[in-house]
Amino acid sequence: MIELVSQDRCVSCGICVRVCPTQVFDNGAKGIPTIARQEDCQTCFMCEAYCPADALYVAPEADRPVQVDEATLVAEGKLGKYRASLGWGTGRRSTAQEDDSFRILALAARAPTAPPQAPAAPTAPGPRP
Amino acid sequence: MPISAAPVPAPVAKVGDASDALDLVADVLVLGGGPAGTWAAWAAAAAGAKVVLADKGWCGASGATAPSGTGVWHVPPDPVQREEARASRESLGGFLAERLWMDRVLDRTYDNMAQVAAWGYPFPVDEHGQQARRSLQGPEYMRLMRRQVLAAGVRILDHSPALELLKDDYGVAGAAGVERRTGRRWRVQAQAVVIATGGCAFLSKALGCDVLTGDGGLLAAEVGAEFSGMEFSNAYGISPAFASVTKTAFYRYATFYHGDGRVLEGAGSARGRSVIARTLLTEPVYAQLDQAPESLRESLRKSQPNFFLPFDKAGIDPLTQRFPVTMRLEGTVRGTGGIRLVNAECGTGVPGLYAAGDAATRELICGGFTGGGSHNAAWAMSSGYWAGGGAAAHARSLGVNAASRRPIGAGRATLRSAPGSRTLDHAAVVKAVQDEVFPYDRNLFRSTAKLNDSLERLDQLWQAVQDHPEQTARDVVRAREAAAMTATARWMYATARERRETRGMHKHEDFHEQDPAQRRRLVTSGIDRIQVRAESASETSVLAKAAA
Ligand SMILES: Cc1cc2nc3c(=O)[nH]c(=O)nc-3n(C[C@H](O)[C@H](O)[C@H](O)COP(=O)(O)OP(=O)(O)OC[C@H]3O[C@@H](n4cnc5c(N)ncnc54)[C@H](O)[C@@H]3O)c2cc1C
Ligand code: SF4
Ligand code: SF4
Repeated sequence: MIELVSQDRCVSCGICVRVCPTQVFDNGAKGIPTIARQEDCQTCFMCEAYCPADALYVAPEADRPVQVDEATLVAEGKLGKYRASLGWGTGRRSTAQEDDSFRILALAARAPTAPPQAPAAPTAPGPRP
Repeated sequence: MPISAAPVPAPVAKVGDASDALDLVADVLVLGGGPAGTWAAWAAAAAGAKVVLADKGWCGASGATAPSGTGVWHVPPDPVQREEARASRESLGGFLAERLWMDRVLDRTYDNMAQVAAWGYPFPVDEHGQQARRSLQGPEYMRLMRRQVLAAGVRILDHSPALELLKDDYGVAGAAGVERRTGRRWRVQAQAVVIATGGCAFLSKALGCDVLTGDGGLLAAEVGAEFSGMEFSNAYGISPAFASVTKTAFYRYATFYHGDGRVLEGAGSARGRSVIARTLLTEPVYAQLDQAPESLRESLRKSQPNFFLPFDKAGIDPLTQRFPVTMRLEGTVRGTGGIRLVNAECGTGVPGLYAAGDAATRELICGGFTGGGSHNAAWAMSSGYWAGGGAAAHARSLGVNAASRRPIGAGRATLRSAPGSRTLDHAAVVKAVQDEVFPYDRNLFRSTAKLNDSLERLDQLWQAVQDHPEQTARDVVRAREAAAMTATARWMYATARERRETRGMHKHEDFHEQDPAQRRRLVTSGIDRIQVRAESASETSVLAKAAA
């Protein structure tokens, strides 16, 4: 769930307030959003993806709040990491163009990991137009 | 000192009255702004219609696709490859799908993906210099779709959940809802409405799914629409136990373990999911993606950055370390049940009402097996495209002016309770519904006795959910969600009770086998009293009907 709006980093653009699908944030003092309804957070990380200032941290725990410490998160390089991995932000290229799913799918099609199952043969022919 | 944002009490937006309502007139109103809704809005606008799109969340970030991303059923028009594609889920789906619909979806998806490329989506390029269009990264795709919809002249109402449809003698004539932040009511009079509100995942916190509470199904049922495939509504997604990320593709490389490190025999992400569920009933289950070939490890990371996100944050390397897993209910999101369609334009049989994406049945292309992994994304963009075009054509053909129609609200539960009724505790209703649909030993492993038992309680809940909630924007929306979840659960179980066999994802403990005599669809209707009837797959061949 969302755990942190960095007061130091936030540039009061209001984007997170807008994009959060479950309306977790409210506009706070000086335009810095507040986490107004943390229990509504669906841990989708979209606010992190959109925040231009890497000011938000969504903890991976989806079902309960956890304590976070901004200095530690900064030291571990955890703020803004998702946005970077999408290739979003000035001077970056979308990583969608490095999406290797097609290679993985091709490999999986050639070497199925699950044994082929014997389907129950249909007794009626498939519907014909 | 680093400061976490202090939890300040949220201001409570009271629901406004009609005097300050936002009143709009359009040809086509689209409810929901995921892939299905954005394709519908774009197609309707391209056909010349004036379009409004209302989303409960923010179109572009909301729904199952935006935070997740999807593999897409994108198959070149080569006979051999197409045949493989059609056959891939036919037996898994219990032979309830229709090849004509598969062909249509494969064709439409192929063209729509070319359109996505033309709009500038940065597809990867293969070793022959060709774009590979097998998957879409969620945030990128939906950001692009929002831009295209706006560029097409569609007016978007964000954070504006629909609460009810409007209707008159001509049929469906728009919808009304509330803007969550301000409490301002909105009302859009339109000649046709597309329901693209996604499936119902019962607030399970599966990735991106908490906006998906089955609202569109309730709206449609209130004007008489039917459902198909509601028994195939028990898809569960694997996620790390602590996290929301129910992206399951990479669990093909997982070995599953007991707590003491022994391998959990028979467990797997595709056909061994029942083993995982059964074990989870009594003990934790762990996974490690230790079967991922070394050569693929970098590819995995590049392909699904969001899969690795919770692990990176929690300091776990899923390739070399074990982590606890759970299975979250995704209901009709990765199940296949939804609003029944009666023609090639995705009409519902109710004049002026169309349905697309997860809100609609996907039995036509998946039968009783999940549409996750490829089919659902293809279906969302195809059915959205058709529904938008169909709605625009209907609007043109009506011959009455939208502004001159005098429709009334068709919504009932939580909206029109008798004076003096009690105040609805929607949170309690939500919890009670979850208690019926979350447990694996109820919803995944079904039996006649358990279904009857759940239905009895769900029917009582349906009575309770008629009351009014507090009149704040949040409560009014939450209450409608509670009602929609209750209704969806009742349709699921009432339909499941009639399928006395095991087929597709519907596993019946009293009837372990697939019964050839039951190779037919189940159609569900009604709100207070639920009816289920059978129809053969070929009988509903919508295209055959349209051609006749
Ligand atoms: C983790 C995950 C991974 C997936 N991976 C794949 C995959 O690889 N391949 C595949 O084919 N499919 C996949 N799926 C399924 C796929 O995401 C869905 O089928 C697809 O998103 C359906 O599109 P949609 O537009 O119908 O619904 P959604 O994308 O869910 O959008 C529905 C929209 O309706 C809005 N809404 C809801 N209620 C209301 C209301 N009352 N009023 C107004 N708006 C409302 C919501 O805010 C949301 O924006 C996956 C699903 C999940 C959860
Ligand atoms: S993680 Fe998703 S739901 Fe939670 S605050 Fe961010 S955008 Fe909102
Ligand atoms: S998106 Fe980031 S910078 Fe903008 S208001 Fe939110 S936290 Fe502040």
